[in-house]
Amino acid sequence: MERTMARSFVGRAVGSGGARVGARRAQRGRLQVQARAMERGVGLMGTKAGMTSVFSEDGKMTPVTVIGLKDGGCYVTQIKTKETDGYNAVQVGYDVKRETLLTKPELGHLKKNDCPPLRHLTEFKLESIPEGLEVGSELDPTEMFSVGDKVDVAGRSVGKGFAGGIKRHGFSRGLMSHGSKSHREHGTTGPGSTPSRVYPGTKHPGQMGDKRAKVKKLEVMQVEKDMIVVKGSIPGKPGNMMTITKAKGKW
Amino acid sequence: MNKWIEKIEAPQLDKLKTEEKASINIGDTVKVGVQIREGDRTRVQNYQGTIIRRHNNGLKSTITVRRIFQGVGIERIFPLYSPAIVKIEIIAQGKVRRAKLNFLRNKKGKAARLKARG
Repeated sequence: MERTMARSFVGRAVGSGGARVGARRAQRGRLQVQARAMERGVGLMGTKAGMTSVFSEDGKMTPVTVIGLKDGGCYVTQIKTKETDGYNAVQVGYDVKRETLLTKPELGHLKKNDCPPLRHLTEFKLESIPEGLEVGSELDPTEMFSVGDKVDVAGRSVGKGFAGGIKRHGFSRGLMSHGSKSHREHGTTGPGSTPSRVYPGTKHPGQMGDKRAKVKKLEVMQVEKDMIVVKGSIPGKPGNMMTITKAKGKW
Repeated sequence: MNKWIEKIEAPQLDKLKTEEKASINIGDTVKVGVQIREGDRTRVQNYQGTIIRRHNNGLKSTITVRRIFQGVGIERIFPLYSPAIVKIEIIAQGKVRRAKLNFLRNKKGKAARLKARG
């Protein structure tokens, strides 16, 4: 996340009046990382492998999703603390790549902490940093999760493109015939002269999917060194990158 | 299929794949024994009919078995390698030239028979 943020920032700076943006950046002090909600513990990153079934002894078939870890696994790339960064977080990297695929600043950041070149970085914001966690160490799924645990899995959902209200928000359809011209319209979007505007956040047609989605409290069915098997489905297509954390709330 | 899915499915398939289950063909008339739990008692329920399609997908392979019950056509889809399918007994083998016997749905009584193979 940090990487994409940094990139879009650079893109904007080039596109519109560099000086003004530069001034704003100086005002802010330094690049802000998008703060996500607190997590229960350090999470993992993985690749969605796809879905399959698991048969129990008595013949029950359970639908499961397999999340694989590519060779090389996950690394702790940085530990942020309240004193130095203003908040506690653990930065995790995933997907070992050739050095040429990364920029020099990215490489420098990873080399400083004795990590291999990693394509994806993400942060898990925490109340406190767990003990025994070292920068540059590899994360082992079998130590972090056990069978029966509940996990939250987040990833990018399947993109549906620009979708109408019916598909996107579950609006009702109008009559298709009998003189009706309101076939798949969204209907009214609010009162007229007062407030003479449409309130922000009103449900409209627009881009559907292809955004971060999280499925909560999935049961862990199996854990191996290079994969985690969870019950049920997770967002996105096979090959997508996912983050797995211990589920929040009671379980 | 990728290596991770393979890792989940292969050991299960090794355990569950039997010669009896793997060898059935489209057009066969079979008696499928399904294990059913009633409270803390288990019993085997038989279902007899013609296999009209077979979906080959490793561990998730299924068969569709069609029968006429009280004048109504019924098609049940069984997960072939499920441990709940305790036996599949081949009663007759039909001579068929296609993989999906959808034409049987439009036929009734004597016309819905298949020629015996062999």
